[in-house]
Amino acid sequence: METPLTQHISFDRPCYSLRDYEKNGGYQALRKALSLSPENITNIVQASDLKGRGGAGFNTGMKWSFVPMNGHYPVKYLIANADEMEPGTFKDRMLMEGNPHQLIEGMIISAFAIQANISYIFLRWAYKKAGRLLKHAMDEAYAAGYLGKNILGTGYNLEMYLHTGVGRYICGEETALLNALEGKRATPRAKPPFPQVSGLFGKPTIVNNVETLCNIPHIINNGPDWFKSLGKGNDAGTKIYGVSGRVKRPGLWELPMGVSMRELIDDCAGGMANGYGFRGALPGGASTDFLVKEHLDINLDYKSVAAAGSRLGTGTMIILDDHTCPVGFVHNLEHFFAQESCGWCTPCREGLPWTEKILLSIERGEGKPEDLDLLDMHTRFLGPGNTFCALAPGAMEPLQSALKYFREDFEKHIDQKKCPWR
Amino acid sequence: MIAQETLTPEEMAEIDHEIALVPVRRAAAIEALKIVQQHRGWVSDDSLHAVAGYLEISPEELDSVSTFYNLVFRRPVGRNVILLCDSISCYVMGYEKIYEQIRERLGIAFGQTTPDGRFTLLPNACLGTCDHAPALMINNELFRNVTENDLDEILDRYH
Repeated sequence: METPLTQHISFDRPCYSLRDYEKNGGYQALRKALSLSPENITNIVQASDLKGRGGAGFNTGMKWSFVPMNGHYPVKYLIANADEMEPGTFKDRMLMEGNPHQLIEGMIISAFAIQANISYIFLRWAYKKAGRLLKHAMDEAYAAGYLGKNILGTGYNLEMYLHTGVGRYICGEETALLNALEGKRATPRAKPPFPQVSGLFGKPTIVNNVETLCNIPHIINNGPDWFKSLGKGNDAGTKIYGVSGRVKRPGLWELPMGVSMRELIDDCAGGMANGYGFRGALPGGASTDFLVKEHLDINLDYKSVAAAGSRLGTGTMIILDDHTCPVGFVHNLEHFFAQESCGWCTPCREGLPWTEKILLSIERGEGKPEDLDLLDMHTRFLGPGNTFCALAPGAMEPLQSALKYFREDFEKHIDQKKCPWR
Repeated sequence: MIAQETLTPEEMAEIDHEIALVPVRRAAAIEALKIVQQHRGWVSDDSLHAVAGYLEISPEELDSVSTFYNLVFRRPVGRNVILLCDSISCYVMGYEKIYEQIRERLGIAFGQTTPDGRFTLLPNACLGTCDHAPALMINNELFRNVTENDLDEILDRYH
């Protein structure tokens, strides 16, 4: 089984220096890419069917293809979204701490493909080690001529900056991220115009997730057909999958896209921890719908997870076990979303704290039967199409599915006037 | 109130470095707040006025930025800041017990500082190390798989 993204990652030794990375084939893809036309690179990436690994799952090459290439835009930007803040998600940290040059090489190739001359890594504040390693790797790349002016004698110029955020979930939304980089409050922008046309400081901009960008060198080295052959079912490539919660071995694994949920939980994570049973899981971070026992055999690719009523999201799964109260679990999620709402649009700003309050009163044994109707109403009013961005609809995904699969647990709280788990 | 405080030459030099990297002066706002916080521990009203003046934006506008972000401190914090992850994986793995223990040991709840100024305790959204939950950070250091047994030893390292 091929594991291109993690083949050079080991936490038993320091991460690769530039020299180690080069010895293992590093920056060969960049050399190859610089010999191709930018449009050709975009076509290769589009043909590989690489989909954005940050959660939305949009074809990366197609996203790039919307950037104007007619020479009328002297300033363009390429941004790595390293603001990993989706609760339960910890994959980009591993990629950056494990092999920072892989991300940098992917960024240079991607920036060349859209002919951007300025790039940013938007890193979350908490990732201190990743920040140190990236800064060091960037310095090495500048010294070796992979960054800066006239890269490898091709005449192509690229500057790279590391920006560390000051903590806000909404910065992960790409247009909010742009506002943060402009020194403003990170509220999402109206689309259109899309960032590909008018992004950072009004210039054409591509924002890609870290894992997405790490795939680029391998696609350039091995071609789109190879990349497609890595996936098991509907989707191309490998995926960094993760499991956290009460399993025997929580962790991250690079697996063929489309591995089954059962394989991930049982074979990789070692099954449930002793004494704990499986009740459900959020397959791709806090803002995805629960999957339950009947879904254990579905394949974890975009289409199959969507057919089961959820989203692959970030591919890092959070397990709900039978010792954890589902109401408390969902209350924790909605507390997070209420805190992190940017406050721009009313349904999100007002609806999420309301939702959180109802859940807290149910969890405390103060809930009323009609509270469930109120929660159902919120899942509709805060759903897709009613809010400015995807934060509130995402927040409703675990709630609506919890009301569907664990309704009895909600009702027990209301009937018994207490949390049965406490 | 008119700002009495001014930026130090050191702070100005660091902010100038950031301003040089961006096409408009105000785009350095977040970096400037970080720089001032780094030097002064937090961003007081006077500091905020000084930064706003330097960036040529209104203090109100800068304050709307400073209060938007979780880790710009607009109130004084202790010598050490504990960020305890309260997100979902840490919830499942029992962060609440760690919180209880910190409250007992230090006598502070979320948002509070010990009277001797040694610790401030803040909740923090997912620290991105969910396979090693529960997790917390103190200043720049990450602690993972925190148990009730090793919490005291961790806190004792900070003075």
